[in-house]
Amino acid sequence: MNGVNGQRSLAHIFRWPMVLAVATLIGLLSALIGDGLWDGISWALLVLPVVTGFYLGWRRTIEET
Amino acid sequence: MSVKSLRNWAWVHKWSSLVSTLFMLLLCITGLPLIFHHEIGHLTGTEVEAPEMPASTPYASMDDVLASAHALYPSRHVQFFFRDPDETNLWMVSLGETPTSEKNNKVVAVDARTAKVLAQPKFDEGFMYVMFKLHVDLFAGLPGKLFLGAMGILLVTAIVSGVVLYAPFMRKLEFGTVRRDRSPRLKWLDLHNLLGAVTLLWAFAVGLTGVINTWADLVIKFWQYDQMTQMTAPYKNLPPPKKFGSLEQSVRTAQAREPAMRLGFIAFPGTVFSSPHHYGVFMRGTEPLTARLFKPVLIDAQTAQLTDSRELPWYVTALLVSQPLHFGDYGGMPLKILWALLDIITIIVLWSGLVLWWRKRKQPLEAMAAEANINDVTTAAARKPA
Repeated sequence: MNGVNGQRSLAHIFRWPMVLAVATLIGLLSALIGDGLWDGISWALLVLPVVTGFYLGWRRTIEET
Repeated sequence: MSVKSLRNWAWVHKWSSLVSTLFMLLLCITGLPLIFHHEIGHLTGTEVEAPEMPASTPYASMDDVLASAHALYPSRHVQFFFRDPDETNLWMVSLGETPTSEKNNKVVAVDARTAKVLAQPKFDEGFMYVMFKLHVDLFAGLPGKLFLGAMGILLVTAIVSGVVLYAPFMRKLEFGTVRRDRSPRLKWLDLHNLLGAVTLLWAFAVGLTGVINTWADLVIKFWQYDQMTQMTAPYKNLPPPKKFGSLEQSVRTAQAREPAMRLGFIAFPGTVFSSPHHYGVFMRGTEPLTARLFKPVLIDAQTAQLTDSRELPWYVTALLVSQPLHFGDYGGMPLKILWALLDIITIIVLWSGLVLWWRKRKQPLEAMAAEANINDVTTAAARKPA
């Protein structure tokens, strides 16, 4: 994935933000569609950006790549 | 991307953020308790509760409910009947000095089954009211709303420009890297980029729907002009009625017209959601989304007969759909908690952005972005042990 000089492509840079954005979007819409299972899908998807943010933001170790 | 366009994006990001950030912090902080306004009202006892009765208890006549509320303030005009979609045993009846007055209105809570007055809740005082007003219009009415809407447009601009700037800063970093052991600045920068990236879509959606909500008054005014005048055209030159027909009968007429829908709220003659000659009976659907989409049924207030009923135009539908997406109140308690957590992360994004600007006023973002794009000095520095 790393190109010249260890630089990353746009596709690589935006891969995880895009995954989280799509998960958030589906999560926001699914609870609008219905109750029950749809709410569950919404919670499961919206918890992803929250957990990602808190975990990566608060962990003490730095993974050097 | 060319250095020039990058500098332009950086300029846009800096100024759109700087102008709006204090207001956004205010909105995020006041919005936090508002997510849970229902639960807070429940805990502090300000929320009126209908007494337990067997589920089969029939509803009282709407005329009796109306009479109970009106008897407390006989000289006032009843404006609306409204209720919580989840608490259909309780009608809130609002009464004003005129049909359209908004100040000093009284609200009477009436049991829908016994037509007994339960309480007179005050919606215009207390901590939650202050939070609400600060969040909605800064105590400044429509100009306040439109001002906050403009700040919301700046937020959306900041998010879009932030996405563009994310690329040069992340060119040599893996997603989620937070360089803690270098300088506080790098830590704040990485946190800002990480948390901005994870909340991107939520903040965009809540920001955009918030902006749409600030236009609610204007949208409703346009709807009246566009639709209500057409629906009530035959009554245009008639004098306002002195005596009104049965509310119960009017509601039944509306229910018969839309048997698959439920009664939402009722606008009384002369209010903004009806005409001087009509009860505006607003029916709603039963699914999470359709429950927000009202269908107006206009009932002649003298005869209790149907005058007209039309689908909402797209612009009112857009407004009504944008409301749950802003409030986060459409997926139970877990969704509210997630809303609050995303709100807190957004506060950190705003705060870290402010810190970054404050610490490095001498090295503007434009220069930083250009530098990051060319040779990524910050990463190079981070890789060499100091």
